[in-house]
Amino acid sequence: MVLHTNIDKIRMVVIEEVIEETPSVKTFVFDDMLSSNAKPGQFLMIWIPRVEELPMSVMISNKKNHAAITIRKHGFGSTSLFEKKQNDQIGVRGPYGNYFSISKDVKRPLLVGGGTGLVPLMRLATLISKIQERCTIIMGAQTQKEVLFKDLAEEILSKIRTKIIVTTEDGSYGIKGVVTDALKYILKKEQFDMIYTCGPELMMVSIYNLSVTHSIPIQASLERYMKCGIGICASCCINDKLVCKDGTVFNDNQLSKMSEFGKVFRDKSGRPSNYSFN
Amino acid sequence: MKNNASSPTTTNIKSIYKSSNMLSIDLAGIHLRNPLLLASGFLGISQEIFNRLYNDGLGAIVSKSISVSPLDGYKGPTVVSLGDKGYLNAVGLANPGSDVFAHEIMNNQIPLIVSIVGSSQSDFPKLISKFDKLNILGYEINLSCPHVAKMGMEVGDDPDLVTKIIKTIKSRTKKPVIIKVGIGNTDILKLATIIQESGADAITAINTIRAMIINVETGMPILSNKVGGLSGIPLKPIGVRCVYEISKKVDIPVIGCGGIFTWEDAIEYVLAGATAIELGSVIGYTGLKAFNQIKLGITKYLQKKDCKSIKEIVGLAHKY
Repeated sequence: MVLHTNIDKIRMVVIEEVIEETPSVKTFVFDDMLSSNAKPGQFLMIWIPRVEELPMSVMISNKKNHAAITIRKHGFGSTSLFEKKQNDQIGVRGPYGNYFSISKDVKRPLLVGGGTGLVPLMRLATLISKIQERCTIIMGAQTQKEVLFKDLAEEILSKIRTKIIVTTEDGSYGIKGVVTDALKYILKKEQFDMIYTCGPELMMVSIYNLSVTHSIPIQASLERYMKCGIGICASCCINDKLVCKDGTVFNDNQLSKMSEFGKVFRDKSGRPSNYSFN
Repeated sequence: MKNNASSPTTTNIKSIYKSSNMLSIDLAGIHLRNPLLLASGFLGISQEIFNRLYNDGLGAIVSKSISVSPLDGYKGPTVVSLGDKGYLNAVGLANPGSDVFAHEIMNNQIPLIVSIVGSSQSDFPKLISKFDKLNILGYEINLSCPHVAKMGMEVGDDPDLVTKIIKTIKSRTKKPVIIKVGIGNTDILKLATIIQESGADAITAINTIRAMIINVETGMPILSNKVGGLSGIPLKPIGVRCVYEISKKVDIPVIGCGGIFTWEDAIEYVLAGATAIELGSVIGYTGLKAFNQIKLGITKYLQKKDCKSIKEIVGLAHKY
């Protein structure tokens, strides 16, 4: 084990274990104390040598001083990372950004995540399981095959009162529909003190709108195209905020002032682009 | 001059407002509330971010270098930390292009200098025509980016081309034109003289210096472009030397840039001859609170030295 103190310098780590979560999602486990101590919502900059550097939320590992990243193969960089094998090396720096805040006062937390957006929520659930007596999670996937972390969530929360609701868009597992369908239903029946969410931005906009309707505070972990991770390039800006430095987690007060939330993001050149429903 | 001022520990806003006259400067006909500028390349693409940076205490903002057409820049890693407040970057001049950026700043209300970059003389009239009617203070011409082919330093290393570009720009705008120089193949002092003779209004020194880092574990260059520009603390003594020598050589004002992390670094550049200074890498290390911390430190230093204005200490080191 090497003790690193400067989070900004790239640390080479060996992929010790590859977990195939779903056909398109893998988790890589590695030894890195700084990452293992990451807070939920924080991210790492992952160097795929000679290919790319990508921001990735820090996944939990049950091994001491270990952490993980969970990759969905999508673009060029993430597919290249997805194809890495056990014993391959990658570089990490971070963890960066702020994080979900939990407190003993949030007695009825509700976690809502879609796809790999569930990664920070698993870290959050681990903390919640230590200080609360109950927890509700709504997790969404496209199909049964792509349902992520359901067993893991059950294990993490096995000692407290837990309700896990799974939605699939094709109805092949759990409730047919998207997470907001389940959310609308449960908000009519149950009370919550805080909603924590991470996932596709348009999903989070719908969740935010529901949280406003039901007057429930919300914390959302946002994702943006990132180059530096240290607050100097502004690639990740949303209005006057930098997702890498001021985020990734924003609360309802901040979200209410963000006209670009769910509307505008910047591409590689810095040009504003619009989110579209597709 | 008295001995060193004490180090500022907390940001005292009241003291900063009181000191506004003390820190105000005149730079190539532009009046600025303080001499701290945002160095080009940092955070410079969004009007809302510009407004925030100005509210956080800067005297003026210099945008990212804008080219005629948008550039995506290089793949990651584009920024590498060396630790010890040193950085390498090869962003590849990523920018939204002149049309989109002109639209971004169409309602600008803060002191904004637009940095422009081109690969040929003919790019510059196009760029000036996009921005000259907007509410901006002037231009900084990037003739020194060290890691993009046919742009920046590759232009700045050609004295004849530098002369032609400056004359072309000056004939098309009444706004001040600042030339940002770096360490290339052409002697920086020779270049400074040419820049002054060609009619430019100020010089910014220096840009990052061509450098690289190789990861020993993999044997691979870390930056996707392999070679990038060195910034931060390692650059400071070189920047101070350049500002010192350039300001001795030419009469136009010099803006100091390179590794300014503290008020002492800023003062050092001013003593070397800088009328204003640009801040960049410090943002990655300290964050935006650095601006007010540095201003407070400068103010305390000036008070301790019985100076009424920062203008009094510009180039003071020249007398020794």
